[in-house]
Order: sequence, then structure tokens, then C-alpha cells
Amino acid sequence: MTVKSTTRARKKAAPGVPDKASAGSAAPELVQLLTPEGERVEHPDYPLTVTPEELRALYRDLVLVRRFDAEATSLQRQGELGLWASLLGQEAAQVGSGRAMRPGDYAFPTYREHGVAWCRDVDPLNLLGMFRGVNNGGWDPNEKNFHLYTIVIGAQTLHATGYAMGITKDGTDDAVIAYFGDGASSQGDVNEAFTFASVYNSPVVFFCQNNQWAISEPTTVQTRIPLYRRASGFGFPGVRVDGNDVLACLAVTRWALDRARTGQGPVLVEAFTYRMGAHTTSDDPTRYRQSEETEAWKAKDPILRLKAHLEKEGLGDEAFFAEVEAESEKLGLRVREGVRSMPDPDPTLIFDHVYTEQHPLVDEERAEYEAYAASFEGEQH
Amino acid sequence: MAGQLSIAKALNGALRKSLENDPKTVLMGEDIGKLGGVFRITDGLQKDFGDDRVMDTPLAESGIMGTAIGLALRGYRPVVEIQFDGFVYPAFDQIVSQLAKMHARALGHVKMPVTVRIPFGGGIGAVEHHSESHEAYFAHTAGLRVVSPSNAHDAHWMLRQAIESDDPVIFLEPKRRYWDKGEVGEDPMLPLHSARIVRPGTDATLIAYGPMVKVCQEAAQAAEEDGRHLEVVDLRSLSPIDFPTLEESLKRTGRGIVVHEAPVFLGLGAELAARLTERCFYHLEAPILRVGGYHAPYPPSRVEETYLPDLDRVLDAVDRALAY
Repeated sequence: MTVKSTTRARKKAAPGVPDKASAGSAAPELVQLLTPEGERVEHPDYPLTVTPEELRALYRDLVLVRRFDAEATSLQRQGELGLWASLLGQEAAQVGSGRAMRPGDYAFPTYREHGVAWCRDVDPLNLLGMFRGVNNGGWDPNEKNFHLYTIVIGAQTLHATGYAMGITKDGTDDAVIAYFGDGASSQGDVNEAFTFASVYNSPVVFFCQNNQWAISEPTTVQTRIPLYRRASGFGFPGVRVDGNDVLACLAVTRWALDRARTGQGPVLVEAFTYRMGAHTTSDDPTRYRQSEETEAWKAKDPILRLKAHLEKEGLGDEAFFAEVEAESEKLGLRVREGVRSMPDPDPTLIFDHVYTEQHPLVDEERAEYEAYAASFEGEQH
Repeated sequence: MAGQLSIAKALNGALRKSLENDPKTVLMGEDIGKLGGVFRITDGLQKDFGDDRVMDTPLAESGIMGTAIGLALRGYRPVVEIQFDGFVYPAFDQIVSQLAKMHARALGHVKMPVTVRIPFGGGIGAVEHHSESHEAYFAHTAGLRVVSPSNAHDAHWMLRQAIESDDPVIFLEPKRRYWDKGEVGEDPMLPLHSARIVRPGTDATLIAYGPMVKVCQEAAQAAEEDGRHLEVVDLRSLSPIDFPTLEESLKRTGRGIVVHEAPVFLGLGAELAARLTERCFYHLEAPILRVGGYHAPYPPSRVEETYLPDLDRVLDAVDRALAY
């Protein structure tokens, strides 16, 4: 009996076959403030007032972030980066949530949060260091309150929760966002983070970008219920938001952060979106998903819908769009040139910062390496 | 701190002092509050410092470690208690991939002043997963410091030094010695990572740490009756290792025997034997021998005495070393 029903559920939720009852369904709980056609709609629980300037600034963010991402993908193809994890399709989820943060708030990203990094004013070139292989992160997390990229899936949600526990001890009104994906929702660490945040009532927003795919595994391999509903079992609210709607992501995340910073505890936000590209430049999505599905999501593009809205409302003229385009060209150039001129580190970097204080073994091995390297000096190559 | 204190009380005093000295020091663990920990190491601390600083946590070791890392990022100095050695494995990723590497990944911009206290080793007649000696995993991991005291004085002072360190420290408490008493002096006497010659000798050097130091001292005492003068070195620090002290001793005695509860295969003794052989080759009269656990899961408690090195097994190795 059980086996039979499991088989049926799996079958129903097969990629490309819409199923309203499954975890992969967007209807009907989705919070949306801007339709795919660019129509502004209201939601009773998440009111949002945005000025034309703010709308244009969000548009600019989305375009520049996409341009940066495209540039990085090209740089990988040209051999300048070893790997790239594209955020294509997820710009609104990242910019909307990133722009909801205050300067004192803190973000704990995965390795795909380039749009959030942009909102936190982290230099895009810093993000490329680890993908080029010149460092394993390397920026100062405390400078922009943006933690290093975390590669082990879900581990950062606990760091975010611990950081939030510290905020509670300090008595400030800062808040934290823990970023993760649909695949990470299965990790023990994520579920432990939910538990800790809940029982300590910590000011952390769990922001899950459900981009439908964990490399080759659809969300139905991770869950039998919509992910946002997981929150109820842990004792805090969960909301599913249209992840391709930058305004909805902004409004819902701002609400969640304000709730967190006023002592009302964590929230799980599930941003329902789609990974338009491959998992990384090493991945081949044609092996596991159908192009019809990707095509269907193209119609929900986060940038096109905001552009349509700006045009429809007369908030952006040709000059504005041309200006953003020109800026994106400049950004692309800066990233290209910056990566190509990024120097390889001195090999003795290996021995730097292993410990904060002296460690005889590291000192000894550094000296051995340096003596070995010096033995080649003066040799003809 | 006049008078004799058990290791358990010495550790408790160290935690109390650390909480008093630094408002950013916080204790985290399972049952460490009202209960005072299953071994009572945190006895009375929550009552005196509050549940904001001495925190009972959910029963999730990865969660404890991961949130301790987050607290450290926020400027706190967490001291984590893992209830038993065998329960640290669920936190392995957070320790070896996150905690140990964070400082290097951030190119030095962040520090991880986290102390992980783990009661380790066997000999208390416990059930499965309560008698593990996993020091090699942690000593093998760059970024971690690993220490283990063998007596009350070191338990107190080494724990205070570990908590003051800006690097993550794995602090292995010899649980079967928790109730052994000793004098706790007024100052630490040694830096955290120095070894100590606890008994001078001339014929061979016994190298041990944590619970095995006492076994080696007893073995040396027994050997004395046969006219053999064994030196005993308490390693104290397993990463880094104080090689100068060991080299000096080996060059005098010409023979070395490493003793630990952990399995011999790829245990700390393997590294000690290899390095000391490289450094003392022309001074050695015999290969450096190892006495330790077997390459088998830690056995049921009724036969653990067979698994654990004891006085006779140490002396048997001494015989073999002297026979070369």
C-alpha cells in the first residue's frame, strides 16, 4: 500500500508534469506583488510602498547582477575561472531579500549568493577569487556583514543561528539571514538550525531559494510537502513567496527581518524560483530536465517583469534603460579585466593563517618548503 | 588553590574563572545547566552565571558546534561540552571543515576562539560509544589545537589556557581520571603546548598523555624494582607536539615507547615514531615501539581491560625495546 502510493506520488511529480498537489507546485499560497506581465498587485499581509527611484534602483541591481553572472560564466568558459555557480533566474530572490537588510544585519550565503553580495556592497571581484583558485574566500566577513561562501550544504544555517543567538545576548535589534536551497532543506544541519533558532527565539530569517533543482534532483526527491510548511513543525511561520518577483521578496523579507529584530523569532521564507542555468559550469542539465520546463519559466523572468512594469507606468524611459545597459557593459569590462589581471598567490600562502598564533609544525614545514624552493634558485629552466 | 582537588573539580574551577574573567565566555552543551553535566564538570555554574552564559542546548552535536561557530563570529568565546567522546562524530563536519578552516578561509580576518571539551577514553565500564579515543582525527586536522591533561593541575590551567587561545582547541578530558586528586598550583608553570618529563630515567622513554600517563608512571615504578630506570614524558599537547623535549629525552635514553588507548594503527604513536626516528636515528638503540588499542571497535566493557594498555603490556614493550 505504502509502496504503491509512493510510486504514484513520484510519478505524478515527474519533471515537466505539473501537479498542483505536489511540493513542486507554486499555487495557491504564493505571495506575489508583481505579476509576470508586470502588473502591480496588492497582498493584504505584505503591503509595500516603493518610490519610482527605488523601483529603478531595483531594476539596476537585477540587470547588473545578471551581467556580472553572465560575465563570470564566460570567464569560466575562457579558462579564467575553474568553476562558476550561476544565479541566472534567481536575481529577484537575492536582490529582493538583500535589499530588505539593514546595514547592521548579517547574511550567511551559500556559494550562489552573488546577488546578495552585490546588495551588501561586496566587490564582485572578491567573489571570483575562490572560483579562480587564488583563495578560499578571503574577504573580511565583518566589513560588509556578509559571511564567506559556504560549500558544505546547509552548514552556514547553523553559523547564522549562532550569530543570531549572539545578537540576542547583545540586546541589539540586528537580524540575520541564512541562505540555503531546496536540496539543503534535507540536511541535518538545516533542521538543527531550525530547532536552535526556534527554542532560543533567535532573530534569524531562513531564506530558502527553492530553485526546483539540487543539481539533478528535483524538489520532489527532498520533500513531500511544500518546503515553507516545514516551519510549522518547528514552531515558527513559513511563507512562500514568488521568488521571481523582486517586490514580493523585498516585502516578505523585510517583514520577516522586522519580526525577527523585534523579538518574535525566526521565519522560513521559501522563495519559489527556478535555476535557469546549470548547477555549475561543470553540470549538464540536458541529462535530467526537459527544455519545456525551462522555457515555461522564461516567461516568469524577474527582470522582464520589472521592466514591463516600469515601461507601463512610465517610470523608466529609454535613456534610463540605456544608462543601465551602459553601466552593465562597464561592469562586465571591469570584471573581465580584474579577473585576468588577478595574480596567482605566492605558494607560501599555504602556510598563512592556519592558526592565529605560532604553531611549530606549520613554521617547520614552511621553512622546509622555502629551503627546498631556494635550492632551485639560479638553475636554468 | 591550596589542597587536593579532583580533576573534575579542577576543571570546574577553570570554567568558573574563565566565566568570571571574560563576559564573552559562554558554555554550551547537553545537560550542563541544572544537572551540572553528566560528569558534574559544570556543577553550579548555571546557578551562578545564569542560563544566558551556561546554556543547555538541544540534543544535536552538529547544532551545538555550528552555533558555537556563529557565536564566535559575533565575538563570543564559546566553550562546548560534548557529553561523551562517541557523540562528537555528528559534529565532525562542523569541527574539521568549518571550525578548523574558518580563520584560513577568511585570510585571517576572523578568529575561532572555541574550546571543545570532550571526556575521552575507556576504563569506566561504559556501554558502546562512551570510551572512544579519537585524538588522531583532530590532531590530523590543520587549524585545530589538541591537548589532554593527565592531572588536576594541568586540567585546571590547560583548560584556562585553551579558553584564552584565539584558535579552536580540542580539549580531551581523561574521563576515567576525573576523580583522581592532586595539587593545583598558583600558576600554570608551562605554556599550553609544552610536554613535561614527569619522571626522569635513563634506560628508555615512555611517552603518554591523558589517562595513560598514570599507567606509565606505575610501569616505571615497577621497572625500578627490576633495576630499570624509565623516563616518563607527559605529552600534554597532541597538536602541536613538543618535539624538542621528546628528542632530548630519546637522545639520552636511546629507546622510546609510545602508549595510548587509541588503536595503534595510524594513531598518534605512528607519527611520533616516524618523526622521532628521523630526528634521533643515530641515537636510537631500538625502533620506537607502540602500545595501544587494537584495530577493532572498542569492546564490550567486560573485556575492555584486554583492549586497554596496562602496566604489563607497557613492561612487555619495555622488555622488547631493551632486547635490541
